[in-house]
Amino acid sequence: MLAVENLKVHFDVKNNRGVKTKLRAVDGVSLHLKKGEAYGIVGESGSGKSTIGKAVLNLAPKTEGKIEIDGRDITMTNRANEAWLRQNAQIVFQDPHSALNPRMTIMRSVAEPIIVHTKTRGHDLRRRVEELLDIVGLSKQFIYRYPHELSGGQKQRVCIARAIALEPSLLILDEPTSALDVSVQSQILEFLASLQRDLNLTYLFISHNLSVVRYLCQRVGVMYLGNIIEEGTTKTVFEHPQHPYTKALLGAIPYPGATQPQSAPPLIGDIPSPVDLPVGCRFHTRCPVKVANLCDRLAPEHHHQTLGWASCHLLDPDLDKVGGKPE
Amino acid sequence: MVGSTNQRTNLATVMLIQDSNADHVSESFADRHASTYRTLRLYARTFRRNTSAMFGLAIVVVFLVVAAIGPWIVPFPEDATGAVHLDIKLQPPDSTHWFGTDEVGNDIFTRVVLGTRTTLQIACIVTGVAMLIGVPLGMIAGLVGGWVQEAIMRVTDVFLSVPGLVLAIAIVGALGPGIVNAMLALSLVWWPGYVRLVQAKTLALKNEIYVQAAYSIGASKLRIVFIHILPNCTSPIIVKASMDMGMAILGAASLGFLGLGAQPPFPEWGAMISIARTYLPDWWWYSFFPGLAISLTVLGFNLLGDGLRDILDPKHRD
Repeated sequence: MLAVENLKVHFDVKNNRGVKTKLRAVDGVSLHLKKGEAYGIVGESGSGKSTIGKAVLNLAPKTEGKIEIDGRDITMTNRANEAWLRQNAQIVFQDPHSALNPRMTIMRSVAEPIIVHTKTRGHDLRRRVEELLDIVGLSKQFIYRYPHELSGGQKQRVCIARAIALEPSLLILDEPTSALDVSVQSQILEFLASLQRDLNLTYLFISHNLSVVRYLCQRVGVMYLGNIIEEGTTKTVFEHPQHPYTKALLGAIPYPGATQPQSAPPLIGDIPSPVDLPVGCRFHTRCPVKVANLCDRLAPEHHHQTLGWASCHLLDPDLDKVGGKPE
Repeated sequence: MVGSTNQRTNLATVMLIQDSNADHVSESFADRHASTYRTLRLYARTFRRNTSAMFGLAIVVVFLVVAAIGPWIVPFPEDATGAVHLDIKLQPPDSTHWFGTDEVGNDIFTRVVLGTRTTLQIACIVTGVAMLIGVPLGMIAGLVGGWVQEAIMRVTDVFLSVPGLVLAIAIVGALGPGIVNAMLALSLVWWPGYVRLVQAKTLALKNEIYVQAAYSIGASKLRIVFIHILPNCTSPIIVKASMDMGMAILGAASLGFLGLGAQPPFPEWGAMISIARTYLPDWWWYSFFPGLAISLTVLGFNLLGDGLRDILDPKHRD
């Protein structure tokens, strides 16, 4: 359904001395989503997870790589691809408060994709917008309201209505719940899950909230500094994490009560700058179990397990032969 | 694409079910714009509570009314077109000549009232032309970026670095004095402020998520400019325009005072003061009343602009 091959998104930035350097936001990511699947991408802020979503929708410039949706190669950004892409893939943004034009009524916001891509106007358009609002669970009394008259959850529903207006097959959800109140979050999540079943949508769900991903997604990819470092079914990744980074992330989920069920050592320091990437394994600067003279030299390969893979030298069965010792 | 067809059928079914029980009551205009009415009422309420803004609005309204009906209420209309009554020159204010008379016996009240229309005309045209030049340039600079932006902004900076009035004097000096040339000169020095304002606002709006959302929907560039960016720029433009009306009046009066604007006997406040200043302080009323008119209009527009800023500033909304 969605196939991303070796996607790279590099931005030209100037450092404080005015020298041009590359910011590698996404650096060689491959994704394969099946029809009707919900795939979650998790990672810290700055890991490049939002950039993937934007690059798929051509909202961020692709440096390298190939993107296919429904078997159609949309890597080239020509007019035909563009029009096709806009109707078949849509995005829901993180902050519903700023994702709606404050000067447009809900009617106009939701109707905009229909106006842009079809010839539906007047009464039919009005009916279609009412239908869409009904699907997302909003009564039609909202139709002539302005965004500032709506709550966060209602605004996010409007954004979802706008995103599904053209019946896309792929929906990219860029942290759709993290700007909402906790009680509203669960409503939106339940709604997203039922929407996926009803419309047979494929979700690319981007989030830093592991519990949310666990609830909604069948498969998950863990991202660190522009790379996916572990991928697998949600069950495998959450119950048997392989990569030390995944372990640390899962260990950082707060649980009620004093005892944490997982006892991975917490991560030290911040994520390194994507302008100045570490040599070797990108995680070695913060890794609690790094192998001296190996992790800071060689990038690890993907080591496949039954239901997923992770890229870490410690998973290499031939670790002794490669050299180096655990610290 | 088999799955996709399947999905479409699903959605169609969902919609069919809704169709059958959806009732489409046609609403009135008032229903459809209820939210707009609410917003406007809120604005009106906020504005009414603001005493100084109401004072400014009152002044502006009075001057607008005076400008509109001036020619029919003045007692001596011929005094604005060069009549001479030397027998009653420089009379102090009394019941016939409320503001006194000038050095050729013309009624100053008549001339001040008729000058209102000229002044407001100048203010509107100068601000309007400045907006027409400045807003598109600012928007182009903000949206296109690159060397286009550099070029527009550097030219703007050059204009901004020279004091506006000095530049206007130079332009009128070159074109020759007269009211049309004065307006032209003021318009030419007035637009850079709008470029700055609109460019900054456009740069900020360009990165708004709803503009990104519009791109992701597939909206064209034109659509994004006119539907998403321009309407969200209007508040600061309106506020600046109402402030600038006052400043343009002052600018026009200054040019008139220097003898570069309207030429006597055309009733223009600045030009009147220019002649009247030689009669100070003994014949104070000659310069006092045109001066009062200038001060009041400028004050009125400034207070109005302040009030508008209070209600249109998005930070005060929600």
